[in-house]
Amino acid sequence: MKKTEHILLAKDNEDYALLFRRALKSAQIDASLDVVHDGQEAVNYLAGTDGYGDRDKHPFPKLLLLDLRMPRMDGFEVLSAIRQRLGFTRLPVIVLTHSDNPADVRRAYELGATSYFRKPDSLEGLDEMIHVLHAYWLKFNHFPEP
Amino acid sequence: MRNSLGTIYVDIFPPLCYRILMPAKVANSVPILVADDDAQDTMLVKLAVERASLSLQLSSVKDGEEAISYLMGRSQFADRHTHPFPKMLLLDLKMPRLNGFDVLSFVRKEPGLKQLPVVIFSSSDDPKDIQRAYDGGANSYLCKPHSNEDLAALLKALEEYWCKFNHFPACH
Repeated sequence: MKKTEHILLAKDNEDYALLFRRALKSAQIDASLDVVHDGQEAVNYLAGTDGYGDRDKHPFPKLLLLDLRMPRMDGFEVLSAIRQRLGFTRLPVIVLTHSDNPADVRRAYELGATSYFRKPDSLEGLDEMIHVLHAYWLKFNHFPEP
Repeated sequence: MRNSLGTIYVDIFPPLCYRILMPAKVANSVPILVADDDAQDTMLVKLAVERASLSLQLSSVKDGEEAISYLMGRSQFADRHTHPFPKMLLLDLKMPRLNGFDVLSFVRKEPGLKQLPVVIFSSSDDPKDIQRAYDGGANSYLCKPHSNEDLAALLKALEEYWCKFNHFPACH
């Protein structure tokens, strides 16, 4: 990997965010992480509004990991805001959720999700997922300019 | 719950989870359509998949028009037993008849196809091509590696990412 990449995680569970950060660190992945705790905050972050205007402090992410069930705006609403209202058609958005309901999977892709992951239930699973995310997105994928 | 590689997750007491590895024979291969006019590149991909025993079931077409015929199940591709509907399209950009951008644009407009994950697999790393592919709705953009080792590593990462962790939408 060439340089530190920035990842945005939208997840209302603070414990999970901590576990995610720990897993990134223990895998020695050269990526920085910002966490937002609900859908509205995710949209504000991406739009650079409501305290997120400084792109040195809050860089536009290479990758968004998005939970579906969140307060204020849920993940589907965030996806639709990203692709339609904000017009960020190029940002890869990976849904990361408890649900593997086919209707949720289909709806997420319809709204422009790049990919859909079921959240691992174990720490070992989380480590493995982070390893796979890193190998695919940060080693091999070529990103667009935002 | 069983994922595509045949790993079974058994929920004992959430969030505890035990994984039991099943023998390889129960693993289901994921059907993928490779659209590339370069027969040698397609052959190298097939060989690498075979050599590493990756759970990818590859079908291939050699230009954009054929890719669309395959996806629509037209003419020689009507039999879904021999030409399974793919879970993902691995798409070259520079192809005769219809190029990769044309195929991408067709897929994203066609009601039965528009959720199909499309991964670009091109020898171009021109930022203009990359931008255009994402603007057209590509899910990801991979550049063709120059060595067999890099190709094997890329396909392994692709298999683990898309087939082991990703959930695909039901298109057809």
